[in-house]
Amino acid sequence: MSSADSVLDPKTSPTFPIAAKTSLRDTQLRKNVRHATEVIQNKRARVVGEMPDWQQLRESGKQIREHAMAHLDYHLEEFERNCTRAGGKVHWARDGEEAKRIVTELVKQHASPENPEVIKIKSMTTEEIHLNIALEAAGIKAYETDLAELIIQLGHDQPSHIVVPALHKNRQQIREIFQREMNLPELGDKPQDLADAARRFLREKFLRVNTAVSGANFLIAETGGVCIVESEGNGRMCLTLPDTLITVAGIDKILPRYQDLEVMLQLLPRSATGERMNPYNSIWTGVHEGDGPRNFHVVLMDNARTSVLADDEGRQTLNCIRCAACQNACPVYRQTGGHAYGSVYAGPIGAILTPQLQQLHHAQTLPYASSLCGACYEVCPVKINIPEVLIHLRNKVVKQKGPLNPEALAMKTVGAIFKSERRFRAAQRLGRVAETPLVGKDGWIGWLPGMLGGWTQVRDLREMPKETFRDWWEKRGKRGN
Amino acid sequence: MKVLERLGHTVDFPAGQTCCGQMHWNTGYQAEALPLVGRFVEQFRHAEAVVVPSSSCVAMMRDHYPKMAEELGDRKLMAEVAELLPRVYEFSEFLTRGLGLTDVGAYYPHRVTYHASCHGLRNLGLGDGPMSLLRAVKGIDLVQIENMEQCCGFGGTFAVKNADVSSAMLAEKTTAVLNTGAEACTACDNSCLMHIQGALHRQRTGVRTVHLAEILAGAEGDAL
Amino acid sequence: MATETGRALDTSAARTEILRRIRAANGGTSDAARAAEQWAAIERDYRRTATRSREEILELLEDRLRDYDANVVRAPEADVPAAVARMLRERGRRKLLIPPGLKAAWLPEGFEFAEDHGGSPAELDRFEGVITGSTVAIALTGSVILQNVAGEGRRAVSLVPDYHLCLVRVEDVVETVPEALDRIKGSATLPTTFFAGPSATADIEMTRIKGVHGPRFLDIILIS
Repeated sequence: MSSADSVLDPKTSPTFPIAAKTSLRDTQLRKNVRHATEVIQNKRARVVGEMPDWQQLRESGKQIREHAMAHLDYHLEEFERNCTRAGGKVHWARDGEEAKRIVTELVKQHASPENPEVIKIKSMTTEEIHLNIALEAAGIKAYETDLAELIIQLGHDQPSHIVVPALHKNRQQIREIFQREMNLPELGDKPQDLADAARRFLREKFLRVNTAVSGANFLIAETGGVCIVESEGNGRMCLTLPDTLITVAGIDKILPRYQDLEVMLQLLPRSATGERMNPYNSIWTGVHEGDGPRNFHVVLMDNARTSVLADDEGRQTLNCIRCAACQNACPVYRQTGGHAYGSVYAGPIGAILTPQLQQLHHAQTLPYASSLCGACYEVCPVKINIPEVLIHLRNKVVKQKGPLNPEALAMKTVGAIFKSERRFRAAQRLGRVAETPLVGKDGWIGWLPGMLGGWTQVRDLREMPKETFRDWWEKRGKRGN
Repeated sequence: MKVLERLGHTVDFPAGQTCCGQMHWNTGYQAEALPLVGRFVEQFRHAEAVVVPSSSCVAMMRDHYPKMAEELGDRKLMAEVAELLPRVYEFSEFLTRGLGLTDVGAYYPHRVTYHASCHGLRNLGLGDGPMSLLRAVKGIDLVQIENMEQCCGFGGTFAVKNADVSSAMLAEKTTAVLNTGAEACTACDNSCLMHIQGALHRQRTGVRTVHLAEILAGAEGDAL
Repeated sequence: MATETGRALDTSAARTEILRRIRAANGGTSDAARAAEQWAAIERDYRRTATRSREEILELLEDRLRDYDANVVRAPEADVPAAVARMLRERGRRKLLIPPGLKAAWLPEGFEFAEDHGGSPAELDRFEGVITGSTVAIALTGSVILQNVAGEGRRAVSLVPDYHLCLVRVEDVVETVPEALDRIKGSATLPTTFFAGPSATADIEMTRIKGVHGPRFLDIILIS
């Protein structure tokens, strides 16, 4: 079960325009993505429409998360104090490498040495750092237990959506994977058949494997508690039955107080899966005698989140509660699916989070993977102004690239034209002259050279009017009533 | 112009106007966009109302000009922007909110479908305004498009920098337009219309685009 | 660098560095007083209290639970054993697990009830079902909350068996999520589980399928 087959690593992924070309050619993918995002969007619209206080919840959600970031140092220490007091052990990791080393070491300490295995609950954070590859390299088998993650793992694939990672697969594709990897040649293709197969395959592991790895939806500073939000029950299994639990969490998962759950547990399920409440939420604090793991470890990871925090305009990105409503609403994601973004975080949140976590050394095309339509901002439960952050990051990318590339030179030229009426008029005249060889008999242009060629791939361009508005206006003089 | 003069207003067109700066600002060339704030103020400060037949331009100004003036550290400009912005309207907004009208005496006997441009819809909150103006047009056959609020895929330089995805988004919008059986697709933004028309023309569909203002300018006796 | 000291990991260097980075990013150090003051200033204009009548709230809860394919019946305290018996017979369950402290008066004759003594998961797996009480139920979302207290038990008990019969007192039913959080705030550190219906997934073509892990069958008795 090698997960190294196709890793979504922003350091090595192709640029978005290139990756998108491949995704756009996959008609099955596009159909699956369209269907899935439409279903969740409709469900979301219905349950959000029921809430007369939805906008107030969003505002409070935004303020709670902003508060958490503004006092992050205090709240992290508070969490550590309370979790430790309750019998948990808290570790800190500056980056993904450190986090992987800590987790590997902890698993080695607690799992059975002849056959080290762990069961995992879906965690985007562990995907971000490619934890499974590190565990594998250390001879540790990691079993994903979320149905979608199981599908991804058995299919040697990569997640394409934060909440429904296997959204790009339909039931036939899933059936083929299960038939092959679970050795079930007679497997039916109804969703219920597939779910039953997964249940049997995994139950055996839940009752046997003694070490689990999880992420966290929320770390509650006030109590030292951790909250996991899930649907299938595999979370409950992993959190309750093994002897040892290792929770890996970005430092941005902090929630100041227990009461703040009353806002988050309303915003998250409705935004993520269009349900009034997801099937299961688990909250536990440290170690509780006779109930759950005897050994509980939390790994608090930075991995560039502090550099995002340091950016005044970009830090709102950290408010994200990983609901993926933005992915479902995004008209770009709808066409390409998640893999085109070359990162485990895709869609609008991926376009702003991934470049920032890479400190803009990589993923520089992601901020441009958007038409700035604003649909994401409309649905974000914590009001992250994604279009604004995209524009901010574009500015940073441009500054990084410097002035000596064709696009920058063109932009500078056009900018100079816009600063002067004389130059503007001249440009209009020049435009009409320059386009003449390109204009067809019907007054349309079917081909443009160079950078502009992208337009004429599928679109015609009408020639400039023989008489611009400016010309017309000046000819008629100041008439008005 | 026709519509505004028909309603009895005096219209001026300051010749020195160039561009709101959206293309530069949105593509990451903030430095090139900043000087255009002052230029806009200079050109339009004496107007009683500034009417803009483009919702994305108005969104650019409303959402960004105050911050841009602040970034320039120019207190005078910040004050001027704050003073002028409340008098800047998108065209349909000027009619419905500025003048409180829905019937502007238009006649346009064609089958038309409306596309809700993103900036008008989400940044300016135009809501039902444009549709209310269209519904009041005599002779019009208005038909609802599927996924009216879905982006057409223009996105400024996005159309060129991510041409493939832009085309895919456009393909969906074009299909939706054709499915309505309309003769023309209208919107409040020429950028969307240029984009949609580009595909409608390339595919030789015989369907055209027309700006909302052109429909509202329609009168009996116009050549059909 | 995480260094090993015997069997203990020492990540204090990372801790110091991360806190330093946060303080640099935020332009200062936070503390309890500042955090408390600003937390208290957070706007909370969302609904925090009930707007429906008690009867409407109970009906809403029943509605929601049925939406999730759970069976719900109401029974006055005196009729509870009979209601339990009826449900167990309908489900064909005879051998049931119960948490310590479950009210004996609720249990009918003619069935086998074994109290949980901390058995292994494999042992829990041998039971046909589990009966528990509950701490609070939320009508708006159809949720029930269990904590590790008498009558509800450790988390594994309501997880491993395939059938869960849950008893909810009407006085423990609230309308909204904030009201429920208010009820459990005082026992916030106890292991806590919220469930809304039986286990489900929507990972296969977005169809909600019941029963992946956790009890596939859920019955509720509302005790008035």
